[in-house]
Amino acid sequence: MKVTLTVNGSHRELDVPPLMRLIDALRGPLGLTGTKEGCAEGECGACTVLLDGDPVCSCLVPVGQCAGRSVTTVEGLGSIDHLAPLQRMFVDHGGAQCGICTPGMLVAAEALLRRTPKPTEAEIREGLAGNLCRCTGYQRIVESVKAAAELRGDRGEGAA
Amino acid sequence: MQPSVGVSVPRVDGAAKVAGTALYVDDLPPLPGELHGVTVRSRVARGRLRGVTFDPAIDWSDVTIVRAEDVTPNVVALIVDDQPVLAADVIRHAYEPVVLLACADRAKLARAAAAVTLEVDPLPPILDPEAALSADAVVEGRSNLQKRYLITKGAADVGDEASLAAIEAALAGCEVVVRGRYTTTHQEQLYLEPQGLIARWDDHGVHVVGSIQCPYYVHKALTKGFDLPADRVHVTQAVTGGGFGGKEEYPSVLALHAALLARKSGRPVRMIYDRKEDLEATTKRHPAICDVATGCDRDGTLRVLAMRVVMDGGAYVTLTPVVLSRGALHAAGAYRWRDARIEALAAATNTPPNGAFRGFGAPQTIWAIERHLDAVARELGRDPLDLRRQNLLTIGDTTATGQKLAFSVAGLECLDKARADSGYDEKRRRGPVATGRVARGIGAATFLHGAGFTGSGERNLKGKAAVDLVAGGRLLIRTGSTDIGQGTETVFRQIVADAAGLPIGAVDYAPVCTTHVPDSGPTVASRTIMIVGSIVESAARKVAARVAAERDRAGGTFAEAGDRLIAAGEVTELVQYVSPDYVKWDDATYKGDAYPVFAWSCFIAEVDVDLDTFETTVVGFWSATDVGRAVNPVLCVGQIEGGALQALGWALTEEIVWKDGLIQNPRLTNYIIPTALDAPHMTTALIEEPFPFGPGGGAKGIGELPMDGGAPAVAAAIEHATGLSLGALPLSPERLLAASRRNAL
Ligand code: FES
Ligand code: FES
Repeated sequence: MKVTLTVNGSHRELDVPPLMRLIDALRGPLGLTGTKEGCAEGECGACTVLLDGDPVCSCLVPVGQCAGRSVTTVEGLGSIDHLAPLQRMFVDHGGAQCGICTPGMLVAAEALLRRTPKPTEAEIREGLAGNLCRCTGYQRIVESVKAAAELRGDRGEGAA
Repeated sequence: MQPSVGVSVPRVDGAAKVAGTALYVDDLPPLPGELHGVTVRSRVARGRLRGVTFDPAIDWSDVTIVRAEDVTPNVVALIVDDQPVLAADVIRHAYEPVVLLACADRAKLARAAAAVTLEVDPLPPILDPEAALSADAVVEGRSNLQKRYLITKGAADVGDEASLAAIEAALAGCEVVVRGRYTTTHQEQLYLEPQGLIARWDDHGVHVVGSIQCPYYVHKALTKGFDLPADRVHVTQAVTGGGFGGKEEYPSVLALHAALLARKSGRPVRMIYDRKEDLEATTKRHPAICDVATGCDRDGTLRVLAMRVVMDGGAYVTLTPVVLSRGALHAAGAYRWRDARIEALAAATNTPPNGAFRGFGAPQTIWAIERHLDAVARELGRDPLDLRRQNLLTIGDTTATGQKLAFSVAGLECLDKARADSGYDEKRRRGPVATGRVARGIGAATFLHGAGFTGSGERNLKGKAAVDLVAGGRLLIRTGSTDIGQGTETVFRQIVADAAGLPIGAVDYAPVCTTHVPDSGPTVASRTIMIVGSIVESAARKVAARVAAERDRAGGTFAEAGDRLIAAGEVTELVQYVSPDYVKWDDATYKGDAYPVFAWSCFIAEVDVDLDTFETTVVGFWSATDVGRAVNPVLCVGQIEGGALQALGWALTEEIVWKDGLIQNPRLTNYIIPTALDAPHMTTALIEEPFPFGPGGGAKGIGELPMDGGAPAVAAAIEHATGLSLGALPLSPERLLAASRRNAL
């Protein structure tokens, strides 16, 4: 089946089974391996992407459901040469250790900051509660998101 | 030149990780002709394998099949060669691999795996480690006693046979004697990236790339497994999504499996575990049963310690002797004892082999001794932290193995710092606070953790690392030490940059491939920065000295002089670790300097316990840790906080539920690790009491230490809040409810 969707701002067309999981479409034909799989059942959040701006687990979403919609992955937040402030703060404040949870964590944090530009620590923890991290103990992630919120000012939107 | 050490330089692999371009094993593009591999496992804890049938409804022509008879020698090389690569006729645990399959089509592969039937005559499994010691053999012809250690000090130091009576006599002579039993359960490492690797063969031999903590362990397993010369085995670490010990020995099994399928099919084979298989089949923390008896004076001076530890090793020995050793060596905690007898045993059971997990045996015995000290404090009517302060080891004291502590001992400073930061005294004085149905309490643990290999381990290991001079005045670190998230690549660059007087940007880190980097010893045992870091530091100094001599001779900048040297020939320094002379250890008597140095810490937890549901929430967490020298404070704090939360998970929610040797909760929906909401705000203080032989001005190893103190601190806080004293992990609502019923009787 042909599926057209917008991925990180670009128009993409796929010919895949409609029940293919979004994560497999991203990591396979779309070549975006930044999105990770940690459990395949909606528990870990490593596969989090934005679907029309809302965070979803891409391991649970069939790609057919994304037709005509807009998907944002970690690659869409900023590139390695042009990191978004949120990404940069994760590097500077120890928000990423092994990094396997990081893409999903960043996408969830992006959604949080768009909703709540100046979150409290409790709001950050609440906003990231669907994303597991086994390395950091979360405190450095909280600090990274706080620092990013500062940098972004009150604009909310995550432009660099 | 600004020094790099002591500065929180951003981690060098950070940009790729936050941009999503870092390539973990399953992100590597498929190789031409690549197959996927899967493992068919027993699903019976113990039995005789009569045969295997392959459903003829499947077309097997494009499926590669590997069975035990394809494997010679059929053994995973580790400490003891008791583990088969594939089970031949005996099943010894429920996840024993029996058949390997590979196919290009993943959907077909799944159907094929379901079409393999194992005919197994089940036998009653041996599941209780204490009972196992007198049960029939788990592995035929081998004792179920996988290992035993005995540590004796003072009155107990009268030989193995007489030591038990002697320690009981010493206890009998004490004013106050307290006895208790403390137990811990399995814990899964739960790195968020499941295990996986890709194997292929070509004219150069076998190549493996994957999520690996110790590439040279995998190298050894493949060299022995395929009887290959060392230079025909090439093991490369991909970016690795966490390990915590779980990717120490297990990847050897996976590498053998993938390489067998690749050899038989003549194609590259990718084997990536899903979460369920990873949770079921890979190693976990050893459960332990610790029986403790102590004697002290009425004023709280600790005198006598007797501890018997029984660990469950699982079906095969793997790394159990080393884990047990570290457990025994930490059993006396951070305290002075005049007389001590520590007996540690590991038993084989029909469960998957337990293995390396951050802390490596120490969290189990520290759980026991810390819980026990709380019981002693209760008996004496003392504040538990005061009792600890009175008995903490300081400079000049000797440990249970007779190690005299000469430097870098800051247990007291850690205790005082965490105590002050947390407001412990005031909160204790106030007593538990009940708000509605919620009771709040605070509790503490003080502990130490030995850094580096045990005893003569580093001397025997002879870890090596190299620093090369490369064009343009740059240095290249070549080491087998892996970055699995801790920040090794960044911290080593900092150490080398300072040793050579260069900016950190002038230092590179060679990709970790056994063909190009020396064996620095495994990335384990809190040894990477302290031991291997000191090797790269000395190699960098040597290279820098050669460049400095060239500058003295003919002038120019570092880069110009360096390039002249390179033009004349390769400039590299390969350095082998030299243990400091003072480290003396006797393996036969288990006496001497168990570790070159210890890191010290105090953890304090504050909890809310819901008195209706008995759910516990950790609402505050303070720690102070003596790290020697924090090379990169942000990364160092990150290690402590990350380890501490793993410990809080172990304390409260993480439990493997078993039935007849099978795991009942092999999924993230029912094996529960903490989320950001479950985790407390953490206040983390670093104390720097330099280790004279540590790199960067005195760094000590701290990777494992934070796993040790979390559980006992939480248990102490629960006890303060509710009056319920638990000796068994996890501190679940069910256990608290049972304890409250007992108390009410
Ligand atoms: S992989 Fe999708 S939530 Fe874990
Ligand atoms: S950084 Fe490793 S899981 Fe979060």
